[in-house]
Amino acid sequence: MARAVSRNTRIGWTIAAWFVALLIFFPILYAIITSFKTEQEAIAGFDLIPSFTLESYREVQSQFNYFRPFMNSVVIALGSTVLALIVAVPAAWAMAFSPTKRTKDILMWMLSTKMMPAVAVLVPIYLIFLKTGLMDTRIGLVLVLMLMNLPIVVWMLYTYFREIPGEILEAARMDGATLGQEIVHVLTPMAVPGIASTLLLNVILAWNESFWTIQLTTTNAAPLSAFIASFSSPQGLFWAKLSAASVMAIAPILIMGWFSQKQLVRGLTFGAVK
Amino acid sequence: MTRSMRALAGACAVIALAAPAMAETLTIATVNNGDMIRMQKMTQPFTDANPDIQLEWVTLEENILRERVTTDIATKGGQYDVLTIGTYEVPIWAKQEWLTPLSDLPADYDADDLIPAVRGALSVDDTLYAVPFYAESAMVMYRKDLAEAAGVTIPDSPTWTDIKAAAEAMTNKDGEVYGICLRGKPGWGENMAFMTAMANSYGARWFDMDWKPQFDSAEWKEALTDYLAMMTNYGPPGASSNGFNENLSLFQQGKCGIWIDATVAASFVTDPENSTVADKVGFAQFPNKDGVDNHGNWLWAWSLAVPASSDAQDSAKKFVAWATSKAYTEQVAAADGWRAAPPGTRTSLYENADYQAAAPFAAMTLTSIDGANTQKSSVQDIPYTGGQFVAIPEFQGIGTAVGQQFAAALAGQMSGDDALNAAQSNVTREMTRAGYIK
Amino acid sequence: MATRQTQSLAKLMRAPAIILLLIWMIVPLGMTLYYSFLNYNLLNPASTSWAGFFNYKYFYTDPAFWESIWNTLVLVLGVLLITVVGGILIAILIDKPIFGQGIVRILVISPFFVMPPVAALIWKNMIMHPSYGVFADIAKFFGMQPVDWFAQYPLFSIILIVAWQWLPFATLILLTALQSLDGEQMEAAEMDGAPALQRFIYLTLPHMARAITVVVLIQTIFLLGVYAEILVTTNGGPGNASTNLTYLIYRAARLNFDIGGAAAGGIIAVVLANIVAFFLMRAVGKNLD
Repeated sequence: MARAVSRNTRIGWTIAAWFVALLIFFPILYAIITSFKTEQEAIAGFDLIPSFTLESYREVQSQFNYFRPFMNSVVIALGSTVLALIVAVPAAWAMAFSPTKRTKDILMWMLSTKMMPAVAVLVPIYLIFLKTGLMDTRIGLVLVLMLMNLPIVVWMLYTYFREIPGEILEAARMDGATLGQEIVHVLTPMAVPGIASTLLLNVILAWNESFWTIQLTTTNAAPLSAFIASFSSPQGLFWAKLSAASVMAIAPILIMGWFSQKQLVRGLTFGAVK
Repeated sequence: MTRSMRALAGACAVIALAAPAMAETLTIATVNNGDMIRMQKMTQPFTDANPDIQLEWVTLEENILRERVTTDIATKGGQYDVLTIGTYEVPIWAKQEWLTPLSDLPADYDADDLIPAVRGALSVDDTLYAVPFYAESAMVMYRKDLAEAAGVTIPDSPTWTDIKAAAEAMTNKDGEVYGICLRGKPGWGENMAFMTAMANSYGARWFDMDWKPQFDSAEWKEALTDYLAMMTNYGPPGASSNGFNENLSLFQQGKCGIWIDATVAASFVTDPENSTVADKVGFAQFPNKDGVDNHGNWLWAWSLAVPASSDAQDSAKKFVAWATSKAYTEQVAAADGWRAAPPGTRTSLYENADYQAAAPFAAMTLTSIDGANTQKSSVQDIPYTGGQFVAIPEFQGIGTAVGQQFAAALAGQMSGDDALNAAQSNVTREMTRAGYIK
Repeated sequence: MATRQTQSLAKLMRAPAIILLLIWMIVPLGMTLYYSFLNYNLLNPASTSWAGFFNYKYFYTDPAFWESIWNTLVLVLGVLLITVVGGILIAILIDKPIFGQGIVRILVISPFFVMPPVAALIWKNMIMHPSYGVFADIAKFFGMQPVDWFAQYPLFSIILIVAWQWLPFATLILLTALQSLDGEQMEAAEMDGAPALQRFIYLTLPHMARAITVVVLIQTIFLLGVYAEILVTTNGGPGNASTNLTYLIYRAARLNFDIGGAAAGGIIAVVLANIVAFFLMRAVGKNLD
């Protein structure tokens, strides 16, 4: 598509796009800026230039060792995602390539399980966790978050797999490919982008989950959502400190998202593109 | 066996022997306010004296903490060994036998030194179920310089008429100085703590002896009308979002003439590091209505308790005794100065000349706490205990629901009368459901 | 070529996911159903008794119930409207030839990575606070009275925060759809002299229909469950002005510790959500084939 775009038009679009992008990003940017302010500066009115103090970060760290909740978040987000993929890939595969009459109903039913308000089932789950010793363990949270996101994962994979044309498989078989070759050389390359972006989306969802992760942990398995919950103080507006804790909680996933946005976007179509 | 091998074997044996004794870990749930955070950093003497006890902290925002801890204790989960709870929970939970009685504290703990009002609020049938970490009542904090400039005086024991007049005189909205700042943010522990205390001082009560809500009474109407009028005419903008924190910040920045709130705030507003008005603050008792002998009866104590479901009760008791001891207070004073000592719990602190010198608010704080009667908070007959709250399990729910109505009235979305009517029918409904109203 | 062998293999492959979800659904749902028929308050477990349908009746006659249903609808529809319309516009904008496209895209998708309580805290304290927020600073700069967003426009404020969080998701999906649009067809229409708006209505929009459907479906599932943003900012008030159904259940469960009532509310919410899902599938399901 070799349309000539005048330089001026391009600059016009660029300014508009940057303006919108900065507007959307502004709240995060402002939190980052505030985290480098002193507490007095933080509530002293609009100011984009902080005094670049690290005091808030130091205080947050001295109050709550960041490393443990960070590791818990990583393990829980990755663990639940990998487990969900292990269960969901075969299921989505079967649904996409050997659909039955009820496939759509099953998919719909799976999605509808997500509509149960989590808080209504808290007490049953809490009791089960106490009885089974899963309370305050990473394994317990991995399981809960896996189950919670499984419907979305199955659905996303299903829509992706369905885009893979069945004829290719047939053609490969005609050429005398074995099942193993078929999987390695034909299917895997085609499925990988979809699986990758499902993985990324699910890591994001699991990382940001902040109901179960707070309710079902105390110390050992508490992830970054619990870390954040310990910094909105009832005594005094410590916004610089709160901002620092917020930045620490979202920075890892934000950076991961930035680096992997291309992969994320490629498969994040839910079958919407034909 | 070489020497190093032998040393290794010996070390293993020592570890093996020491292991059972080392096993005890205390999981302590606390709120994240300043005094608690300070305690976390000062546990060295305790862990030195008790090498076999390890401390694990769960620090959470107040509401999330309450949810977490309540779920755990009610399901007998046993996730925590020490709980930070308030005077609201202690009597309710003690009656459910969820807390371990703290009657066998060590002799040097000197439980008789605890301020009687506080001790009473943490006891059921004279048995102590929690020990106070710090305690507060409510009082008037005001700007002496602004009052002087406006030509008004606030007596040590003001009436609401005095407060109204002073607030009016000090208001200068163009200069961003608001005569009075009060809580408006909805919540049973936010605006309803204040409103309940204010209503008490107007002679109102939450329930009559048959547990019928009393929002249709003249006293409640008068209290709410005055509150709304004061806040609309002399209060800051956006008052229905202001809780303790927001008002503290406004006052520290010199934007409030009068602020009526918890006594712990006194040490923050007089702290020269964070307050621009540190040397200009005067203190007075919580106001009352002319002719009503009641100063709100606000009493709150963040306290440490040991749940019955804990499997490390002896160690937990050792810890709570240490954290609320005189020695701990002295340790804080040595490290951060006497002003920082956790207030409101021990008579000895208020007899200490160093503390009196460092804390200009000490006398008024003690007067306020001493004056709070949580056994009978209204001048009328009441079937409940509690000062700025009603000590029944349902209060969190109904208090917050009523707080929402009052906040809506403050935001101008409904009239005060509508808010009271909504509160009346809402609370009647809940109390009927809970079986109080037959 | 669906032989019986592949069919049974497929069944085997499907089974774990279905069984797991079945357990995950049936066990808590069964227990919730059971609790919904009990007078069970966590703070007073001793007086637990059989309640029949009382909890349902109580929840349904709550003065806040209908308001909360209405608020839920407004919240979901409001966020959908903002994210779909805004998403289309932003997608078109960042699809244009611009300098620094990669960075622009990164900035636009960033809100999606922020956990809901953090997003709510940032917006509440630093952006919309009536005294210290950026909005208040802007208002003061123009000599206007700052707006107390959460008191005066509580539901709108929450819609704004939630829409901010979901705008990136909508934008991304709509952008991929936009990029798959046939360039030649577009050019042909341009040659024919079709104005930009007409090209958008007759070519771009129909092409995006599937993507819009997906955005609506996925977001609806998540939007029905919004509560953290409400809890952090308005607590459902003032009055009940920003209480949605999920928050109403939250209030019963975590403030009143009324497990029976919350369970009944949960069952009601599930039924309502499934009704919504049913109509949603009827309305848009065709689009997904």
